Amino acid sequence: MNFQLQFQNFFLSQNMDQQFLISLTVGVAVGAASGFLGAFMILKRMALVGDALTHVALPGIGLALIFGVNPFIGAFAVLFLAMLLVWKLEQRTDLPVEALVGIFFAASLAIGILLIPKLELYEALFGDISAANLLDGVFALIIAGIIFAVMAKISDKILTGIISEDLAVSSGINVFRLNFVFLLLVVAIVALGVKVIGTLLMGGLLIVPAATARNISQSFRQFGLWSAVFGVLSAGIGIFSAKLFSIPPGPTVILVGAVFFLISLALKRR
Amino acid sequence: MSEENILSVKNLTVAFGGHSVLSDVSFEVKKGDIFVIIGPNGAGKSVLFRALLGLIPYQGEIKWRENARIGYVPQRFNISYDFPLTVEEFLQLAPPKNTQEALFKVLKFVGFERDEHHIERHILNRRIGLLSSGELQRILIASAILDKPDVLLFDEPTSGVDIGSEEGIYKRLKKLNQEENFTLLLISHDLSVTHKWATKVLCLNSKAVCSGEPHKAITPDILTELYGKEKAFYKHNHEASAPEN
Repeated sequence: MNFQLQFQNFFLSQNMDQQFLISLTVGVAVGAASGFLGAFMILKRMALVGDALTHVALPGIGLALIFGVNPFIGAFAVLFLAMLLVWKLEQRTDLPVEALVGIFFAASLAIGILLIPKLELYEALFGDISAANLLDGVFALIIAGIIFAVMAKISDKILTGIISEDLAVSSGINVFRLNFVFLLLVVAIVALGVKVIGTLLMGGLLIVPAATARNISQSFRQFGLWSAVFGVLSAGIGIFSAKLFSIPPGPTVILVGAVFFLISLALKRR
Repeated sequence: MSEENILSVKNLTVAFGGHSVLSDVSFEVKKGDIFVIIGPNGAGKSVLFRALLGLIPYQGEIKWRENARIGYVPQRFNISYDFPLTVEEFLQLAPPKNTQEALFKVLKFVGFERDEHHIERHILNRRIGLLSSGELQRILIASAILDKPDVLLFDEPTSGVDIGSEEGIYKRLKKLNQEENFTLLLISHDLSVTHKWATKVLCLNSKAVCSGEPHKAITPDILTELYGKEKAFYKHNHEASAPEN
């Protein structure tokens, strides 16, 4: 009874709540794009690198707060520099990349924590979608749109490169340049997603929907589609439930994603 | 490079970490050749292909005829069984998009001879990681041929393709070679393949040990130099059974 009342109140009070709709729009746009990009990251076996990369957003946000610029720009700038590093490391097979990435990114997380004032630290680590404004909403839709448009052009080539770099290079694909473009898209969605679920959990939004989709997909078409769908469902249901139960949206989004993953695992085993 | 050459290689040297894998290899491939490269394990055969494709750094000169379309069938192709990609999606990866008819045609060419319904259900819609290694090999050839290459570089697998279908593939490639003046560069581990199909041969053991028409170039001495005594004896037997052409 209590729950039902809560639910009704929610709809009555939130029906016209523009703020909530904006949050949901940003979340769903970020969820779709990061789910889809995550599909390629899983196949490229860069789940961990992606996770570490998201932590670099933290010092970026810290610097942005210190210099009074938009945190997205700060996060994007520092992520871009880190991306150049990952991109260069990808070509060097003689380096212990995993350890280097782990050390570098843990260090940047530490720097970020020191840079960001205590009051803003929680928001930077775990995100705060409720602070999104109309401009954020429009911006998120545009970025997600660009990501899908670019991926429509390059996804076949990226896939060829993942299957066999030799095949890709011998058929004239510039794998090096392609990786750069792909990482750039990842950086854009991470910088955007940090606002929704924070630096600590953004790696999860990249990987969990795609890992879920992989369990139930027989073809690449299904895999890409389901990755984006699970991204949308995780973000949408997560933000909605967070509002409904007055809990933080970031962790809720990830937990919803994890529940979908468990269900997909059960379906796979059957 | 002379008019009819599709590939000319001069003084090719490839070294990894100071150790030279190929040294001073020179040869020419004419349009329409079935050019077979033989040599023991570790002779640098696959490395030669990788250099020809521009996948690794090298010294010396590799010159392809201008605008030559090169197809490549790698020897190894590791893809996990649950990689979410169907055979049809794999075949459609390189533009332009092929029609369903073109796919059936090329699959028949590489030896999938059942009716279209069966091919669609059991091959095209199958996940590529679930193919047997022989099937995968044929799909890789199909994918390379779909691109209508002037030259096909085919690194024959050491195992996995059963002899019957392998024979069929060479027959069909030979037919393509005759009909469309298509050039084939083949790394082979099987001397009988070389004797049966090659128009030219290159014996490789980090350097070029022999080259030319197979029956002239491959002498017992050369085989001993390449493989040691045992294989040379095998080849002798093989010659007695008169290779057909």
